Amino acid sequence: MIPMVNPALRVLPEIILTLFGILVMLADAVMAKASSRKPLGWLAVLGALAALAASLWQNRLPAGDAFYGVVRTDAFSVFFHVLIAGIVLASLLIALDAVSDTTEGLGELFALILFGAVGMMFMTSAVELLLVFIALEISSISTYIMAGFRRKSAKGPESALKYFLLGSFATAFFLYGIALVFGATGTTRIPEIASAIAAGHTPAIIYIGLAMLIVGLGFKVSAAPFHVWTPDVYEGAPSPVVALMSTAPKAAAFAVLLRIVYGAFPLLHDHWTPILWWLAVLSMTIGNLGALRQRNVKRLLAYSSIAHAGYLLVAFAALSADGIAAASFYAVAYAIMNVGIFAVISHAGGYEDRLTLIDDYRGLAWRSPLLGGVMAFFLISLIGIPFTGGFFGKFYVFVAALHSGLIWLAIIGLVNSGIAAWYYLRVATAIYSRPSESSPVHSLPRPSLALLLALVITVSGTLILGIFPGGVLSSARAAAATYTSVSPVPSSSGTSAADTTAQH
Amino acid sequence: MTDLHLWLIPLVPVAGFLVNGLFGRKFPKALVTTVAIIAAAVPMLQVADIALRFSSLAKPYIESHGTWIAAGALHANFAFQLDQLSMVMLCVVTGVGFLIHVYSIGYMAHEEGYWRFFAYMNLFLFFMLVLVLSANFLLMFVGWEGVGLASYLLIGFYYTRDSAANAGKKAFLYNRVGDVGFLLAMFLLIAHFGTLNFADVFAAIGANPSLHGGILTVIGLLLLLGACGKSAQIPLYVWLPDAMEGPTPVSALIHAATMVTAGVYMIARAHIIYDRSATALLAVAAIGTATAFFAATMGMMQTDIKRVLAYSTVSQLGYMFLGCGVAAYSAGIFHLVTHAFFKALLFLAAGSVIHALGGEQDMRVMGGLRRKIPVTFWTMTAAVFAISGFPPLCGFVSKDEILYQAFVSPTPAGKVLWAIGLFTAGLTSFYMFRLWYMTFFGESRAVAHEEEAAIHARHDTKLAIEAEHTHPVHESPKSMLVPMIILAILCVIAGAMGWPEGLGGNNWISHFLAPAVSGAHLQYEQARVAIATGAVHAAGENQSPAPAKNLEIILAVLSTLVALSGWYVAHLMYYKRRDLPARLTARFRAVYALIFNKYWVDEIYGALVIAPVLFIARWVLAALVDRGVIDGGGLLAGYTAQGFGSLAARIQSGNIRAYAGWLAACAALLLVAVYFGWTTHFGIH
Repeated sequence: MIPMVNPALRVLPEIILTLFGILVMLADAVMAKASSRKPLGWLAVLGALAALAASLWQNRLPAGDAFYGVVRTDAFSVFFHVLIAGIVLASLLIALDAVSDTTEGLGELFALILFGAVGMMFMTSAVELLLVFIALEISSISTYIMAGFRRKSAKGPESALKYFLLGSFATAFFLYGIALVFGATGTTRIPEIASAIAAGHTPAIIYIGLAMLIVGLGFKVSAAPFHVWTPDVYEGAPSPVVALMSTAPKAAAFAVLLRIVYGAFPLLHDHWTPILWWLAVLSMTIGNLGALRQRNVKRLLAYSSIAHAGYLLVAFAALSADGIAAASFYAVAYAIMNVGIFAVISHAGGYEDRLTLIDDYRGLAWRSPLLGGVMAFFLISLIGIPFTGGFFGKFYVFVAALHSGLIWLAIIGLVNSGIAAWYYLRVATAIYSRPSESSPVHSLPRPSLALLLALVITVSGTLILGIFPGGVLSSARAAAATYTSVSPVPSSSGTSAADTTAQH
Repeated sequence: MTDLHLWLIPLVPVAGFLVNGLFGRKFPKALVTTVAIIAAAVPMLQVADIALRFSSLAKPYIESHGTWIAAGALHANFAFQLDQLSMVMLCVVTGVGFLIHVYSIGYMAHEEGYWRFFAYMNLFLFFMLVLVLSANFLLMFVGWEGVGLASYLLIGFYYTRDSAANAGKKAFLYNRVGDVGFLLAMFLLIAHFGTLNFADVFAAIGANPSLHGGILTVIGLLLLLGACGKSAQIPLYVWLPDAMEGPTPVSALIHAATMVTAGVYMIARAHIIYDRSATALLAVAAIGTATAFFAATMGMMQTDIKRVLAYSTVSQLGYMFLGCGVAAYSAGIFHLVTHAFFKALLFLAAGSVIHALGGEQDMRVMGGLRRKIPVTFWTMTAAVFAISGFPPLCGFVSKDEILYQAFVSPTPAGKVLWAIGLFTAGLTSFYMFRLWYMTFFGESRAVAHEEEAAIHARHDTKLAIEAEHTHPVHESPKSMLVPMIILAILCVIAGAMGWPEGLGGNNWISHFLAPAVSGAHLQYEQARVAIATGAVHAAGENQSPAPAKNLEIILAVLSTLVALSGWYVAHLMYYKRRDLPARLTARFRAVYALIFNKYWVDEIYGALVIAPVLFIARWVLAALVDRGVIDGGGLLAGYTAQGFGSLAARIQSGNIRAYAGWLAACAALLLVAVYFGWTTHFGIH
């Protein structure tokens, strides 16, 4: 018997973040108009730390559902909760460093980051598609707003509007997918969908429904060909926001995708693995080739994030516990190094993007060996050189793929990661070139405590993942192992969904 | 053996890197030097200590520091391994590494970023030691990538010239191509043997005598691709000549003595795989021989002293591959050792020449330096004679062993490989003596040089500036000369290590290496002996039956004659009749153009690989996927007006509609594909 757990404890990190979010908003309202809003940022940091601690603590809860089987806490949800809390923590620190006391709407920004995190966390623990949808909307709407936070710049509102319109379009696909799946199986609970399919409820519309869910999530993780919004939005959004939105919502969306394909549709893997195979190939190729011709660093990193979504999808297609673990591990490795590089970018470029083109970064390492070195370090990790998280992430992914016989996918991925070195090195070379007299890197602000903290977290995280990946890897494997329990064992239909997953 | 604390060997250099890298900027020069030299000396002393206590090891000594990763199919330890092969590599890496560190004190004395240079050198040493000490493929790959990274830092980040940065990038990218092979080979090893530990993989292969060819051929060829990247073999050699943009000590240490030999080491390490695949082995031999030959031809035409040496390195690495490719791994490794001595010395001496001339690298404006820098001249002479294959110098012994092994190898192609190798030895002798004569003989051009130094300022800005201050041609400081003298002595005596039995020696090194690189291919060995004696029988049918010894003597005499003729031709062309080269080039214009332009390989790669990739990136993607959006600048940059009006205009421009249309089209395509079940028919799984 599973002991009774107070349902509130199963959503403790979400509750904490919500409370802190409200606290930040209230404090923002009562504070004197002219006073600095930075203390609110530290309050939010505190909230993120508390949520992180609560997420870690949830590891001690026995796995189980709450609120009528809508939310589930298990090794998988805890894994992604910790990741999201960590990203939010680092992003808040980055934001604290980049903004000035007079930046408009700071209190709202910090509150929105926390509220968005609530949505992302619910995405990873929800086992009911309607809650997934609501969580996805909470996360998306707060990111839409944050993307347009620089109201005075032309690109800010444009970026937000574009993100909002296209995002809503994609969400519609997701919602319609839920409706079709409900029509086919009579349920929107993920485990029950799996058992309905196992019981033989597979009308044609279920495939359409599944494909629509993949379209919606493909947009959120910016997998090609649903990636078109990414470069424009990253370019227009403030860098600290990009640090967050290029990692946390994506990690959450990947978690949802894992839950859906492995939790609800393991028996239909014949149908979804080829789709993910193609998404992986397209994302890697379009992402890397697209990045080759970029001159703007944030656009370049946008394409790079598309490519990384592709590497991650390679692990999905592997259709094995190793694949799930590799995907989860890669989500962590990618998030840490990407947040790290955006920490440097948002400090060097500032909230208002003083540096935009690769050429603007010329001489960064001359001006500040610390920032330049750290940026080069993250570029090295993005390339995938050993001793960094980026290397082991890719390594696991390709091992999992080859183990499942996906030889072509692994080769395409390796060739792609070779091409990727080219554009990352372009940035690295610029950083270490001698700056011109008029170069914008001469006016770098002093690194703040918040930035140093963010850099310590991300650099040490990337190094630990590269040198001692054991801890995170075993958590990822524990998360992957939950998929034998998520799938129910129907008594009538012979093979259980769990067995099917295990066989591959 | 007692606890050897192998982990200390790489740890000390990385400590040096951290100290100099973090605080070196604020250190006085002497302190930077001390830290770096200690970080290079301690591993050397420890290796020397181990070497002295090293008697014989039947089994490799493995030192494990716990589990690194355990993930289902994959299990790897932080483990170091000491056997005869890694022992030899350790001696070369720490010994030559230390000497070059010392040399760098003098050579780099006036350079800015002195601390950075030494920090990177220590970092390189660390990764190289990890590479040779690792007990599994994964840790080896860590070192493998790490040396590439350190080399990239030393080529590209040291000088701020664009050409240096590009050369660094080029080296890195060509190595990435090789890495794809290495990684795929590792994945296949995991899939088929469930482990990456050398001991376990090789034991698994050994336990299965029926395992031949097939998967081992694939793994062998993929590893070979990796080796071709790192060791600059055809088709991935083009990065090495460009890498000469780095400072000369870097060329000596990384691009001659150690890093570029990692491919040879890897093949010797994985010899059990190659022993089971005649195809992969033949590929190693063929690539090595072809590279040796083509690189030698290109070396004959170069005018930059370091580039001559670069092509010569590529060519000599080809010989090592040839040795490994005829399963004479110990011969390959022995040539690796002697090459480390003579090629490091050649680079150091070249550096001394460049130093003396204030940064000049063009041999056409050198000449007559024999008397002006006598120590450099005599040490370089030792190296020139060694590489050209004059007995009893070390280069003769090791190269001859490779050629002999090729001749007697059971491969049908053995004789062909031997003949090409022998001819290439003549070319080697020719281009080395060409360098020797152009640099040290003839009339002194030192005066003329000072005017030209300004023209050639591209080489080394800092040194060129010095040259403008009309430094007289001067011998280098002691810190540079002493390492050169030590290496020169090694060039002369190191041949004794492997003096062939056929010539009265005992070929100590091949017996020493035997436990690590042979044993599994005893049958091959027997076939070789049979052929050696049989060949002599065939050759000497009309005379009395002669032992295998005579064959070895005949071949040695032959290759000495070839070396002599190379010298003679160079003497004729570059000493006696200096008008000959020009007349010959005029006569054979087409051949000259072909070789002078390095067979247009760079251009061909550019046209076949790089251009299409950029084309796709630029046009196809722009048209299909990214339409309406122009690169970072373009439309977006041109659009700087603010306010709602322009925002509306922007949306009117159709951008969002185009995006939404694209999304809808892709989604529709996917839905149609799913509805008709196309996705299940691709047979991907």
